[in-house]
Amino acid sequence: MRMLDRKLVRDLRRMWAQALAIALVMASGVATYVLAGGAYRALEETRAAYYLRYRFADVFAQVKRAPKALADEIELIEGVAAAEPRITHLALLDVEGVAEPASGMAISLPDLREPRLNLVHLREGRLPERDHTGEVTVNEAFFKAHGMRIGSTFKALLNGKKRTLEVVGVALSPEYIYALGPGDLMPDDRRFAVMWMSEKALAAIFDLDGAFNSVTLKLLRGASEAEVIKRLDDLLARYGGTGATGRKDQLSHAFLDAELRQLDALRRVMPPIFLLVSAFLINITLARMVALEREQIGLLKALGYTPLPIALHYVKIVLAITAVGILIGAVAGAWMGKGLTRLYADFFHFPFLIFRHHADVYAASAVVSLLAAVAGAVKSVSDVLALAPAVAMQPPAPTRYRAFVLGRLVPSRALSQLTIMALRHVARWPFRAAATALGIALGVGLLVTALLSFDSVELMIDVAFFRTERQQATLNFTDEKHASALQVVERMPGVLRAEPYRSVSVRLANGHRSRKVSIVGKPREMDLSRVLDRNFDPVRLPEQGLVVGERVAEILGLRRGDVVEVEVLEGRRGTHHVPVTDVIKSYFGLAVFMDLDALDRMLYGPRLTGVHIGFDTGRQDELFTAIKSTPGIGSIALQRRALARFRETIAQNINYSVTIYVALAVIIAFGVVYNSARIQLSENARELASLRVLGFTRAEVSRVLVTELALLTLVAIPLGWIIGYGFGWLLIQAFSSDLYRVPFTIERATYAKASLVVLLATAASALIVRRRIDRLDLIAVLKTRD
Amino acid sequence: MTEAVFEARGLTKTYRTGDVEVHALAGVDLDLYAGELVVLLGPSGSGKSTLLNILGGLDHATSGHVRFCDHDLTALDDAGLTRYRRDHVGFVFQFYNLIPSLTARENVDLVTEIARNPMPAEMALELVGLGARMDHFPAQMSGGEQQRVAIARAIAKRPDVLLCDEPTGALDSKTGIRVLEALTQVNAELGTTTALITHNAAIRDIAHRVLLFGDGRITGTSVNATRKPPSEISW
Repeated sequence: MRMLDRKLVRDLRRMWAQALAIALVMASGVATYVLAGGAYRALEETRAAYYLRYRFADVFAQVKRAPKALADEIELIEGVAAAEPRITHLALLDVEGVAEPASGMAISLPDLREPRLNLVHLREGRLPERDHTGEVTVNEAFFKAHGMRIGSTFKALLNGKKRTLEVVGVALSPEYIYALGPGDLMPDDRRFAVMWMSEKALAAIFDLDGAFNSVTLKLLRGASEAEVIKRLDDLLARYGGTGATGRKDQLSHAFLDAELRQLDALRRVMPPIFLLVSAFLINITLARMVALEREQIGLLKALGYTPLPIALHYVKIVLAITAVGILIGAVAGAWMGKGLTRLYADFFHFPFLIFRHHADVYAASAVVSLLAAVAGAVKSVSDVLALAPAVAMQPPAPTRYRAFVLGRLVPSRALSQLTIMALRHVARWPFRAAATALGIALGVGLLVTALLSFDSVELMIDVAFFRTERQQATLNFTDEKHASALQVVERMPGVLRAEPYRSVSVRLANGHRSRKVSIVGKPREMDLSRVLDRNFDPVRLPEQGLVVGERVAEILGLRRGDVVEVEVLEGRRGTHHVPVTDVIKSYFGLAVFMDLDALDRMLYGPRLTGVHIGFDTGRQDELFTAIKSTPGIGSIALQRRALARFRETIAQNINYSVTIYVALAVIIAFGVVYNSARIQLSENARELASLRVLGFTRAEVSRVLVTELALLTLVAIPLGWIIGYGFGWLLIQAFSSDLYRVPFTIERATYAKASLVVLLATAASALIVRRRIDRLDLIAVLKTRD
Repeated sequence: MTEAVFEARGLTKTYRTGDVEVHALAGVDLDLYAGELVVLLGPSGSGKSTLLNILGGLDHATSGHVRFCDHDLTALDDAGLTRYRRDHVGFVFQFYNLIPSLTARENVDLVTEIARNPMPAEMALELVGLGARMDHFPAQMSGGEQQRVAIARAIAKRPDVLLCDEPTGALDSKTGIRVLEALTQVNAELGTTTALITHNAAIRDIAHRVLLFGDGRITGTSVNATRKPPSEISW
């Protein structure tokens, strides 16, 4: 081995703690990139492959009843590759051992041929046979949640009649990668089933012989989705079509999209922070190393070494640290990526999961890390190149300190000499002090960002479950019911209060912008399920006009007072012009509300699609039993259960990410403080040892160093709050979609917790360095030339 | 002693340390001859080190000319000076300037790796009497031993000229004499032209020739008719 390389190995061994601290910060950047990048690719590729192999449709439409022959006409629409007519229907389920009613989406499978679109992936058993009307193949999550076996049975209320269904198979479908029940906020595997049945059986049950009520389309490459939807809507209008939608409104697909967007935000935002900080750490550490080895560099030049191999020597040190950082980061990132992917496997139902180790993800993170490291090293290395040997061999001129501004304002006797020393150190290297403070601030900021998700979710829960949706349960009818359905519900056992609502599919248009949404009509005196304004005060729906959520207002560019075009997509169609009377906050979905009476007037007659209820929990079982055999109810959403599921799911997700974030924040804070402290110590060793010789105690001497660190930390913490606020805001923006918006809120306790964690990390690294002060060799330090 | 290895004419050097401007050399004319051992004697700050740095190609003169054999040092750029140092010059400094993370042998090998016709590190170390301490780190050796490692490192490349800047400055008399013995031995055995800077007048007796330095000038020259071996001097 070359002698310089031997020096390299020994130098690295000597400064291993500092090198490791830098490598860990770098590793954090690499790991987040590999994690988020890897998971992003895994999710995206898995989804793409699944969609392709199982021919996931591009366009989805519901009708009341259309003749099968219409499907041939649909296939003739320009741009349509295939159309698959089918029967789908929501049904209430009664599963043995489960008190609450569940609901299921019954989907027909063609009897005499393979389905053209949305193929199911059979996990176990088989598909239902044509002549066996009681056979059903269910989705795997439901099957597992109930510990079912092939041959298990459960009851379903299908078209008013309770039927016993026998499970003959278990399957997955690209339509239900994320299987969310109607009215649910989070998937509840126990309470939502996808049931594939023979077309003949479903047609018989729902009286749809030779007809269909749902159609899915595959488009040709390059076809215009909007154009096809328009033509399709025209065709389906007279059969009770409620407006076709593209994939972006398909629930499962939209949730996956939202998840992908979050991962994308993660991989874009996090790694640069860590790389920036590691570049800074390399910068200060290498600068100090070069300063310390000034004479050695001079000597090498005096011995006849050309500048290049000497500079290369320092570059190699950086490369070695970077290599370790990349290695740790890649391994940790791959490991965490697997963990996250496993989390996905619980959450998203794929028949397979493609988690490949993408060489380019690793390579990109390695290259970017190298660039950051080299950027950090440039200054020091160019100093090495420029150092004239004769100058290097001389001891450096004493550092020029200045009386600092504060010193002129405050009588210097007010501060101890030790404090003045500390303050002058800060003032002497303002860039380094600022960068150190910034590094610590980034640690605080990361923690604020991580912890604010708890605050946001709590606010979301409070608003959604305790202020807005205060009902105990919501009954969704299978289709529109006469207003008298309210009395039926009111008379059910245990029902204390009942509040009707009506949901209608419409297309809202403002100028060239339009969006398919549901208008929810609510009684003016609503009390269970309420509409809140931006200050969370209840809104009284106006006699005329729409109240829209912020997201809808944003999509359509609406403001209070604008008139919006409402195209009704069901029942007696028609186009109306309605004013927007208020824009409100809403966290879930695309909220559009209207006074129930006004909606009934607009749609020519009172109808209901569901009822919110409050009930006597003592009679819950009685109520559930009654619901299970009440025809016309498609599903029931239970608030308490929904909240529990929500908390469970969120906890799982957030805890995982918060743990990672906290670890990263601690690494960054510790790495920055430890390196800064070591460098200060190295620069001031003589000074500090002199103080000891003069009779100062260890504690007093340490104070110089600790005062400096404390000062920087105190400056850093409020800065970190600001950074955290900014990051948090950006992250929350990245997380918001048409499906849900996370409110942006940060509790004071969150700032306090973030600061505390960073203070602890700072204190820990200061203590480690303090131990070195205790071990200062007074004689040796004073004897050697600095 | 006929051939001049170095020929310096009208050398001046001005440089800044911090806020202070220093005229380190104020017109120096000098010849050094092959194989001779010259002592440059003068108080600190008299410009000796500056002269040595310029002769050794560590620094540029502000004005004047230096010729080494057939090289015009004043005309060389940094790369040229580096090549010159690598091929022709051995340095010994007051503070040894060993690389602390390399052993004695490795410190010497630092030079043998880049030299054209080096002697083995072991041989160089034997020459200075350190055959038994080759695998020690600088921190494990005394000051005198460290300085002898530095000498071994300087001679291992078989330099044409050995430039020593206060080689005994940080050492007590006894160890200092061991170091001087090593230097005179090298000068005698290898015939290396040696220039030795000191402010210690006792050392003048070991030289062929003594140049007296003061205020950036050579103020006097004397030739020792009889040289004393280092063992006979003391301070």
